[in-house]
Amino acid sequence: MDLRIHRRALLLGATGAAAAATTGLKTPAVAQNAPIRLGWLTTLEGPFATGGQDSFRCMQMLLEQHNSQAGGRRIEVVRESSNAQADVALARARKLAEQDRVDVIIGPLSGAEGIALRDYSRTLSGKTIVNGSSGASDTTLRNASPNFFRFSTDGTQWMAGLGNHVRRTMNVQEVAVLAGDYAFPYAQVFGFSLEFCRAGGRATYLFSPLGTTDFSSIIARIPRTAGALVVVHGGTDGLAFMTQYAQAGGNLPLLGGSIMADQTMLSARGPHRRIMMGMVSAGPLADVHEEPSWKEFVARYRARWLNEGGFQSPSIHGFNYYTALQGVLMALEQVRGDVGGDQKAFQAALAGLRFKNAMGADLHLDHNRQAVSDIFLNRIEERDGRAQTVTFGRTPQVNQTLGVPEAQFLALGAPSRDNTGCVAAS
Amino acid sequence: MLASLALLAALTALPLFIPPFWTANILGRAIAYGIVAMSLTFLATYGGFVSLAQTMMGGVAGYVAAVLVPDSLPSLVGGVPYAAAVPIALLAATASGLLIGAIAVRTQGIYLLMITLALAMGFHLFAQANIAWFNGYEGIRNVVGPEVLGRPFRDPFVFYYAALASAALLYALVLYVVRTPFGLVLQGLRDNARRVNALGYHAALHRIAAFGLAGFIAGCGGLLVTFYNIGITPGSIGLGPTVNVLVMSVIGGLGHPIGAFIGALIFTLFDTFAADLYDRDRFNTLVGLVFLLIVLASPDGVLGVAKRATAAED
Amino acid sequence: MEGSLAVTVALNGLTLAALYFIVASGFSLIFGLMRTVNMAHGSLYLVGAYVGYAVFEPLYDRDAWWAWYAGVGAGIAAAAVFGLAMQAALLGWMQGQELRQALVTIGVSIVAADQLLAVFGGNPRQFFPPDALFGATELPGLGRYPTFRLVQIGVAVAVGLGLWLLLNRTKLGLMVRAGVDDRQMLTALGVNVPLVSLAVFALGAGLAGLGGVIGGSAQPFAQGVDVRFLLTSLVVVIVGGMGSVAGTAVGALLVGMAEQIGQALFPTYSVILTFLIMAAVLALRPQGILGRPA
Repeated sequence: MDLRIHRRALLLGATGAAAAATTGLKTPAVAQNAPIRLGWLTTLEGPFATGGQDSFRCMQMLLEQHNSQAGGRRIEVVRESSNAQADVALARARKLAEQDRVDVIIGPLSGAEGIALRDYSRTLSGKTIVNGSSGASDTTLRNASPNFFRFSTDGTQWMAGLGNHVRRTMNVQEVAVLAGDYAFPYAQVFGFSLEFCRAGGRATYLFSPLGTTDFSSIIARIPRTAGALVVVHGGTDGLAFMTQYAQAGGNLPLLGGSIMADQTMLSARGPHRRIMMGMVSAGPLADVHEEPSWKEFVARYRARWLNEGGFQSPSIHGFNYYTALQGVLMALEQVRGDVGGDQKAFQAALAGLRFKNAMGADLHLDHNRQAVSDIFLNRIEERDGRAQTVTFGRTPQVNQTLGVPEAQFLALGAPSRDNTGCVAAS
Repeated sequence: MLASLALLAALTALPLFIPPFWTANILGRAIAYGIVAMSLTFLATYGGFVSLAQTMMGGVAGYVAAVLVPDSLPSLVGGVPYAAAVPIALLAATASGLLIGAIAVRTQGIYLLMITLALAMGFHLFAQANIAWFNGYEGIRNVVGPEVLGRPFRDPFVFYYAALASAALLYALVLYVVRTPFGLVLQGLRDNARRVNALGYHAALHRIAAFGLAGFIAGCGGLLVTFYNIGITPGSIGLGPTVNVLVMSVIGGLGHPIGAFIGALIFTLFDTFAADLYDRDRFNTLVGLVFLLIVLASPDGVLGVAKRATAAED
Repeated sequence: MEGSLAVTVALNGLTLAALYFIVASGFSLIFGLMRTVNMAHGSLYLVGAYVGYAVFEPLYDRDAWWAWYAGVGAGIAAAAVFGLAMQAALLGWMQGQELRQALVTIGVSIVAADQLLAVFGGNPRQFFPPDALFGATELPGLGRYPTFRLVQIGVAVAVGLGLWLLLNRTKLGLMVRAGVDDRQMLTALGVNVPLVSLAVFALGAGLAGLGGVIGGSAQPFAQGVDVRFLLTSLVVVIVGGMGSVAGTAVGALLVGMAEQIGQALFPTYSVILTFLIMAAVLALRPQGILGRPA
């Protein structure tokens, strides 16, 4: 391999970029026929890379459908990638906003990044950040920023309906909750516990650090009195837990967080698949959903991407980014592509949108510019010869406080390992 | 000396001629990270210690400030004005440097590299696990930095000149310290520890003190980085940023403190624009190859190349 | 802690230690002879795991009983070849420049991690050994215990014994031990040191590859596991003493036990216990428990 080429390209690129930077300064503010620039920020490095690639797939599909046009103007896209670290996401966002001069950033993918960009958005004027797929509740719930919008529901919302299902439908009194020891599982555990404990359930919590792959000690600590397991692990940790629980001969009914029952887990081989059949989980989407718009979306996704590395059906990240871009394009149509005037009209259009997302769920934003939408109960079933999540229940119009009055919800404090949201009804 | 002052003057005037993005996000950022890298270059050049704990020491300062200052989220202590929080944070970073020095004092060379790496990762994992003081995985956000002359710290010019002034002072400090008796003993220890010991100097104390000074320098850089990033997370002190500081120092050259800033500038340019010239997906392959190439071609970095080039001309 | 839980935790610690020993022994071996701190050791682990998996998967689909064994062989071979190439192309000619070698291996690990992501993607994977190794074994007083964890201990003991025999009973071992003490003298005696170095590097890398497949059968692996096993290897050899096989065993035992006991007693901070042990060892005995003073 000839390495010198890289180096020369680097030098050329640096000077080229410098030239672009200086000229960029002199161009006047957008003329009406100039393209609208969107910055797409996701994670293409490290463990979240598969979700990040799928985000780009889904957005590209939507953009192709719109012929890269919205509100009578051409759409131009600048792509950037972080490694799921807040600092890196911030550096990329700064480049998109200040160097590439995009009008709207769509991203990022993970929780801490989202909060970092929320803080950054406050320092920007005349620009908008529309969250990609990051799911921390505090990004919009506490200290919301006026130009940060989120068309996806958050980790707490995603658990809506599961607590009641376990307590009332399955009639389970006590569960063991196994979760990763970081922000996203905290939010999910909080959403589950709030419902479950209000309905009179009891829970034991077993947190383990992100990256735990040996769960034998944790499994040994599951109380004998537990009637079901709620598993809020994802990726490698989730696979490790499920495999080891299956090997240990575990047989409690299983309930999953929103990143547990996904295709990452279901397409992997192994003994975990046996015990995951019939597992119930909650989330904003499912593989199989009897809704024409969803079937059409999945068919379109498969036709476009199955031969180019795509999944059997869109991932949760792909779906969230897709919804975000849908919102952006609709708002651009409404304002006829006018992103001038500090984007006041555009942002008002975003805030006032009401539409059905690909799952056919009504969606609108609350006063914090956070999505209120439907959440689905899913069961893992064998369909078309492979394990898939299938919707069987629906909690309509879940807001960020799960129906609890906002002041009361905020008074409960931010979710953490010591604040699991398990408060009995008063 | 004259060259340094000329460079400083040029850097002071530069923001008048370049876009604000370059002022804050290329030069400013490079200088802030360059200060952290310089703390490593100082240890390596004059003490012979290649430490991977410098990002961690900067992180100590960043976390202490984040915990103390007003407006940070979540507010863990809060309410301490910047005028007090900044010195406390620097004190903490210095103390962390002394502590690392004390732990690692009896090891050298490649052992020191491994041990400081392991310590840094231990701290990173602790910050990630601890909610009470570090707020775990999400870290502490909205650390906006002090107001300077009524302007917010995030103003590109305020940030740039604050970083530049700190860098210039610390750079001068390093060049001064290595000429003091302390600095001379340190270099003596690097070259021939036994002889310096025989002269009656306390080797361990000198080494620990050098780590303390490096901690102070890294702390200054860490604070600037934290304000620049509007907060700090365990990811800010993870393996990636830790190795990045080493990469910067090595690319620039471990022979002189200025190498740290050259390396940081190259790294920042690369980090910002590499995506434009190469497939975004495989950016890290490019970073790794370039780093590899520099280490293979010139163990003493860009400075070494420059030195050899001038030597060849003469 | 209840009695049976305590025994389970102890046994888990032992099995984890076995895995750590397999991986870290390669790191220690390379360091012992060549003073090379191979920061790409975690990459070797991951290369072994992924290449092994690529061979294993199609065979497993065809229900070949030997699929897993082929995976083990492929994993070892791939890591050994990768290690050999690294030593031959990059590290061999800068022997003695320890820091530069460490930097080169850092560069290699960055590229390797990214290329593995490009080729194999980000989804977690796991090997499935033959049923005889993968089921559960009835242990007196404990009940069912995963058989594969016991296999891990067996492999580690075999690796330990093999290394001991190799180092103490063969000509290569003699040269390696002599090289650890005095490289120059070895060269002066007419030994082809570069060749011995290549052999040792391939052996150490192959052990990392073996660890990759064994570890990838006990727990899933994905991107990022390389860093974890590099750090573990570092801590194990620092605690046990650099370049000593017995020291690596002691270090692995301490670290594995500490992790499991920590996870059972205070899961949130269990990762830190390992680093506390390391700091304590350094403070009291900088050369490691069984290391000789530098």
